[in-house]
Formats: sequence, structure tokens, C-alpha cells
Amino acid sequence: MATFGVIVFPGSNCDHDAYHAMKHVMNCDVKFLWHKDTDLAGIDFLIVPGGFSYGDYLRSGAIARFSPIMQEVVKFAEKGGPVMGICNGFQILLEAHLIPGAMMHNQKLRHVCKDIYMRCETTDSLYTSGLEKGQIFNIPVSHGEGNFFISDDGLKSLQDNDQVLFRYCDANGDLTEESNFNGSIDSIAGITNTGRNVLGMMPHPERAMEKILGSEDGKPIFESILNSLSVA
Amino acid sequence: MAQSTVQEPEVTLELALEHGLNEEEFEMIKTRLGRVPTFTELGVYSVMWSEHCSYKNSIIELKKLPRDGEHLLVEAGEENAGLVDIGDGLGCAFKIESHNHPSAVEPYQGAATGVGGIHRDIFTMGARPVASLNSLRFGSMDNPRVRFLLDGVVRGIGDYGNSFGIPVIGGEVYFDESYEGNPLVNAMSIGIVKAGETASAIAEGLGNPVIIVGASTGRDGIHGATFASEEISEASEAKRPSVQVGDPFTEKLLLEASLEALQTGAVVGMQDMGAAGIACSTSEMTAKGGQGMLIDLDKVPAREDGMTAYELLLSESQERMLIVSEKGREQEIIDIYEKWDLHGVVIGEVVDTDRVTYMKEGEVKADIPAEHLVLGGGAPQYVRETKKPDYLEETQNFDLGSLEHPADHAETIKKLLNSPNIASKKWVFEQYDTSVRTNTVNYPGASDSGVIRIKGTKRGLVAKTDCNGRYVYLNPRRGGQIAVIESARNVVCSGGRPLAITNCLNFGNPYKPEVYWTFKEALGGMGEACLALNTPVTGGNVSFYNENPNGAIFPSPIIGMLGLIDDVENHTTTPGFKNEGDVVIYIGADRKGLGGTEFLKVIHGLTKGDAPELDIEFEVKLQNSLLEAIQSGLITAAHDISDGGLAITLAEMAIHGSKGAELSLEEVSGDIHEVLFSEAQSGVVITVEADNLPETLSRFQKAGVPTHVLGTVKGVVLNIDGIGELAVSEMSGIYEKVIPNAMDN
Repeated sequence: MATFGVIVFPGSNCDHDAYHAMKHVMNCDVKFLWHKDTDLAGIDFLIVPGGFSYGDYLRSGAIARFSPIMQEVVKFAEKGGPVMGICNGFQILLEAHLIPGAMMHNQKLRHVCKDIYMRCETTDSLYTSGLEKGQIFNIPVSHGEGNFFISDDGLKSLQDNDQVLFRYCDANGDLTEESNFNGSIDSIAGITNTGRNVLGMMPHPERAMEKILGSEDGKPIFESILNSLSVA
Repeated sequence: MAQSTVQEPEVTLELALEHGLNEEEFEMIKTRLGRVPTFTELGVYSVMWSEHCSYKNSIIELKKLPRDGEHLLVEAGEENAGLVDIGDGLGCAFKIESHNHPSAVEPYQGAATGVGGIHRDIFTMGARPVASLNSLRFGSMDNPRVRFLLDGVVRGIGDYGNSFGIPVIGGEVYFDESYEGNPLVNAMSIGIVKAGETASAIAEGLGNPVIIVGASTGRDGIHGATFASEEISEASEAKRPSVQVGDPFTEKLLLEASLEALQTGAVVGMQDMGAAGIACSTSEMTAKGGQGMLIDLDKVPAREDGMTAYELLLSESQERMLIVSEKGREQEIIDIYEKWDLHGVVIGEVVDTDRVTYMKEGEVKADIPAEHLVLGGGAPQYVRETKKPDYLEETQNFDLGSLEHPADHAETIKKLLNSPNIASKKWVFEQYDTSVRTNTVNYPGASDSGVIRIKGTKRGLVAKTDCNGRYVYLNPRRGGQIAVIESARNVVCSGGRPLAITNCLNFGNPYKPEVYWTFKEALGGMGEACLALNTPVTGGNVSFYNENPNGAIFPSPIIGMLGLIDDVENHTTTPGFKNEGDVVIYIGADRKGLGGTEFLKVIHGLTKGDAPELDIEFEVKLQNSLLEAIQSGLITAAHDISDGGLAITLAEMAIHGSKGAELSLEEVSGDIHEVLFSEAQSGVVITVEADNLPETLSRFQKAGVPTHVLGTVKGVVLNIDGIGELAVSEMSGIYEKVIPNAMDN
């Protein structure tokens, strides 16, 4: 069975949430990987968790990309290894150029923490193969810089290559101005790279794994991942 | 030896007065030392004997509060925060603290460092913070300065807590002109620690090294504690440099490193540095251990060159701690802090004296008996003069019967929903991370109190901050009782058993006899309520001098109530209507009296009358029987009656559940305005499934709690017979937009 690795930057604060979700809800093997490590300890799947990696007083993730562990993450990803960046993890993967685009401050220039809806846009990835296209998920977000931006050409390329995995929507699955609460271009909530092994997403599926917390909508995503890994 | 380049001023009475000490206190210092204090010693005394550190004007009253209970693991005032047994081998450390004065002049950093400071109090005890709450008070939202303060305070709390990674699970925001210019920013932190793994703030063991860890020391925040101990005035703007600057990232490192350091077993004592920095932490730890401490200030990692002993001792640079470790094991501790990229530097040792001795450049800069500096030791304690305020005669005798109330009740309900005090605070809470750590069960806003599950157990923690300053203003004793009673009722409505409280006592200038009278009365009321509920006081904070040029703020003893849910999965209860057909029942006391209500303020612009009625004995019956009914699985929703009365409680249940109801108030006797809008205590609206109605009614009747069936949950309109029809969507529209409209346009 696949072993999961969760990177711990000194300012990570969703590292234990990701660990708990994988270990205690999904019953997987999970290891923490310290940011000063230079070895991925043989893990099969990497999670870059949320938080404030090195304080993020500069641009979110701008310092993290230079950390020792990230050099290994880049090598791992370039060899096709699956890497999932959630929230701050997404920002770090952008800074490391593992996926295209950039993050701006939320449109209203305020941190937003709430339950949102997002829609699965393609089943063509190891993250979404077990989902249905158009499937709607009720999942928390919590970020100040989640306003995804990319050039016109870059956006066209994302669309042409079917790289948009999730978009913000309303409860009915419609894309509206209001549902796109942070102002992301094309309502983008999560994208993959051209190799389709790296995912960056702002919403927190690891926070939506148990009924007592209000939503279990994150589970199908991790089930999809586990299923893809066991088939591969 | 390097020559000191700074010429120290001569210590005179005048200089002592400038430091905020009085003549009598200056004499006490000279007598005890047997000489005139050095300039550095004067600085240390002035902060240690400031109101903020010494509680000199409150400690005698605080000691009268009930502080014993079966669940308490440490006594109030013994450690940095209260510690309560929550079962399963776990303890819960919790405390609330104010950061009012810094927030008045620099809202962002003031609020941010308030959050940082209270979390440090929790993890310095070895507990990992798991949740936070905050109580905020501002002037009228019509004032642009108030909107600036609200914006800054919310950003400050959000940016610090979000980065530090602790969810906000509850709190309250309240607006009234009395807080104009002197907002209240009270932050509460809750942490969990395995029983037996707690750390103590003590320095003992001859020769044991003293280590400073965390951030380096700069010139920020010098005399912050003294600033907090005087009234806000036009000159306060000039005190902005005494506001500290927060760094949540460093605090996160400090948290992780400190909890790791405690695991080594090499830590003898640990104390965070807040007010009065090195001076306070060294003297408090030393006084507690009963030995002495010798500190070499040249070893303190400084942010800037040329800092004097005075500055190093008094700096309130954030994100620092003091550790006494076992001799020979200091390197283990230092290595852990270095792993987290923090300083760990030995700056002194425990010595065989009873004094704190501070050296700089080979010279003794200060040498003071530690016990003489601290609260509970030689720090002054005063009994202040009291006088019942004149205004009470006028407010309590005000003839409310002479007022003519509007006849259109539905319109009045909408006006109340439009009041910032009642309207949704979502604009505030959505800027805080409320779900990090994946424990939050009840979020801020749509619940009477915040609930988190405790991983690895069936239990949950419930917490609520509460205080209606208007009630305390109109009747200090009863207002103090209500603050405790109402926060407990909120905890019960969420399915929890109230365990203990922490409090943040925000009052005006204690040297004004009227202020001190309200202080004593309010504390008396709190104590009575705590005794009746068996919820002892575990600690907290006093904030005096909350005044603006128009006078004191509403006396505001903010209560932070902690409760426990035995079965968090099944007992957690929320206010929203759940199922079509559920029966809506009012349980509790008669709805009478309009004194001190939001109705009176919104409709008539008045803060008059007496505080709402309260029968403590009856309230205890209500809370006990409601909790039992919740634990028996009978209750589908529960919401207490507070600001806005029964009408607003029903409206909120409809809004939170996105469901309407068909109701009649026929069974509730009394004047219709009072039935709808009275804030009389001891009232809760519950819903139950129709099948469970007979059992529910008989339970409450047996317990001596009157019940009034109001109707059933139905459709999308709140239809109250004879009052009017209110579409839930229309009410939500008003309720949700008040604060965003004021803040974002």
C-alpha cells in the first residue's frame, strides 16, 4: 500500500490535519517530512499542506520554494511522482513552477474562511478519476491569497489541455460571480500540470472528512487518489 | 571594562511620579531597599507595581471570588492560566486577557499581540492551544473612526491567529457609544495538556541555568504595562511606540519548540514574556521558587546596539520565553530551539539569595528582593474608596410606562435585525480561520457557543464569551450575575455542562469611587452566580482605566465560560430550526420588563430602567433540566433568549435553519411588547419532534420549569399569530447585510 508524506514547514499549520485525515480517516501509512530534510524517505505520494510556510510575510510560498525539501519535491514531481498542494501548498507549488500561474490577494483584500462549493471539471487525473464530472463538493476554504491568475495564453492552454480539475460554483453547480468569492480567473479552484501528476487546490478537502465536522465531501477525492495509486 | 556611554538620570520623587508611582510607593521602595533605587530599579518597580502587573487595586476583591472546585487542577492565580480536569487524563488550560489600550491607538498590532500574548500564556503551561474566542466592544458604527478600529482589530486578530493556526470558535461584537475611543479587545485561548505534563512558572534549583528563548529583544513596547494603566486621552496617540509588534510565525516556532522542550524533562520552569518582559518573568519565577536569580543582560540577544539595562529589562518585544533548565541539560533545550531557528541563550542562573540581580557591563544595575516586586508579595494592595453612582437613581426610576411603543411588531422585529448588535457577525468571523485543526463542531455565528471535539475521546469542549455591559451599567450586581448566568446558559444550549470561568474585568479608573463601587458590585454578582452554578473562577485579567473624555465605558466584566460535552457527536445542539413539523416550545420565566433592552435602545434611543429580571435558583433548575433533556436526545434545536428578546430568538432560529414556523404567543402571558422584546433572564426556545412532545413537557414540568407550546416549524415564513408574517429570506437579507454594508462600502 502507498505511503503518504506530509511536508512540515516551520509555519505549516494544516500538516496535522492532513496527517489525521490520511492516517485516521483513510487508514493509510503517513510520514511527516521536515523542511530541512533532503530525502523523501521512500514515500509514494506527497502532500504539501496549508499554513504559512515561513511566515509568508513576503509573497506566500516565495521562500518555501528554496527550502531543502522542495529541491527533492521538484525532482520527485519531474519524475512523475504525485504531489498534492493544498492552500499554502498550492501557493508553494506555483512558486516552484511545478504548476503554472500565480496567486493574488483575494478580490476583497480580506482573508476568507467559509464553506464553499466546488465542481469537478474533469475525471482525467489520478485525483479525480473516481469522481464524476460536474460532481459538487461542499468544502471549507481559508485563505487571504487565493485569487488565481494566469495570462490569457496560459489560461487557454489550461483549458485546451483539460488541466482545470475544480472550479468554484454555487450549490446548484452554476458558476456565478458570487460563488467565485476570491475573484479567481475562470473560477479556478484547482489545477494540474501537463504531466497530470501535480495538483494545486485552494479548498481544504482534508477538513471535510468526517460527519461531525459538517462535511465528508473531501473523502471521495482521497478515495479516488487511493484507487488510482493501487491500480498504478 | 566597557564604559557605559549613557548617563542615567538621577532618581528623584519627581522621576518616580513620572513613572506612574506615587509618593507612598516611592517611600516603600526606599525603605525596603534601604537606599534610593537606581534608575534601572525604578523602571523595574514602576512596571511591576503598575496596575497591569500588580493588580494592586483589584487583588483584594478578586480573592473574594469563588476559586475552588472539584475540577480545578491549579488554583486561580497560581499559574499563567486556569487548568481544569476534562477527563480522559486531559487538562484544559484557558484564559482571557485584554489588549484594549494598544488597540485603541494601533488596532491591528494591538489586537494581534493580544492574541499572541494569550496563546503564550496557554502554551507556557505545556498545553497546546486548540481554540480561541474574542470579545470586542466598539463605539457606534456610524463613526468612521469606529469602522477603522473594527477593520484593524479584525485584521489583527485574523492575521495573527490564522498564521499561528488556531481556530476562532466563538465570540461576540457589540457596539455602544460608551466604548467610543476606548474599544475593548479581549482574547481567550483554550489549550489541552495531558495531566501530569504541565509546566510551572518557577525558578528553583541552585545553579540551574536561566535561558532566554525565542525572538531577540528590541526597544519595542517599553512601558506598555504602564501605558495600559492610565486613561486613554488625546495624548495617547503619542504612546503608539509603546504598542508591540506581533510576529505570528515566530510564535508558531516558539510554540512547537517549547512543547518539544518540555518533552525532554529537562525544563524546571517556564514563563512567557508579556508585560514588563524580562523584569517580570525573572522576578515572578524567582519569587515563586523562593531563591534568587543572577542575570547578565549583556548575554540577551538584542535587536539593536546600545540598549541599556533599563531598556532590556522593560522591553515588551513579543514571542520570547524564559526557561530554567536542569543544570547540565541546557544544551538539549538550546538545540531544540535552534532546530526551530530560534535563539536559546543562557543569561543567568538560580542563586542562593532571595534577590533578582541584573548585571550589565560588569556592573550591578539592579538588585531587588524578588518577593518585593510581585503580586501576592511586596507589591502594594489597596482598598479603594467606593460611592454609589448618582446616575443609578435616575436610570432605575425612569418611568418606562410613559413610553409609547410602535404598534407594528413585524416592523420592529426588522428594525432590531438591522441593529449591528443583533445582526450577523459573519463579516467578522469569515476573516478568521474557524476550521483549522479539524476539530470545530459548532462555528461562530450560528450557535450559542463554540464547540470542538477532543480527538481520541468522545468528548467535546464548549466555550462562550459573554457580557452585556448595558445591564452592568444599569445594575452592577445583577449585571455581573447575568454575565455568568447567560454564558452558562449558552453553553447548556449547545449541549455542554458548564465547568469553570475565566474573566476579563474591563472598568474605568479605579481611583474614581463610583467606578470602584460598580467594580465591587459586579464582582459580587459574578461570585454569587459562580457559586450557584458551581463554576469557579480560574483566573483572568483586570483592565482598568477604560475611559474616554466623556467618562468610563459601560462596566464590562467579560466572562469566558468553559464547558464539557460528554458525547460530542450526539449531544451538540444548535439554534437553527431543523425539521418541518418539529414543535416549538418556550421554556422558562415570564417575559417581563423592558429595562436595558436592545428594543429600548433601537426604538427609543434609551439605556434606562433596571437590568433584566433574574432568579438565580430558577435559572439553575432551567439549565439542569435543559441539559438533561438534551442528553436524553429529545431536543432538536435550542436557543437562549438574549438581546432582542423572544422575537429575535425566534427570528434567529428561522434564519439559521432557513425554515419558517407557524406560531402563536397566546400561551405566553403579559404585555405583548414585553413578551416579544423583554430580555428577562431564564428563557430558552427549544424544538422537539412531535412524538417527543408529551415526554418533553412532563420533564420540564416535573423540574418546575414552565413550558409554553408556540407552534410548529413549517415552510419558509415566520408567521406569528397577531404579530405578522416575516419571510425568512427577507429577515436573512436584513440580518446578513448590516455589517458588510457599513464596512465594505
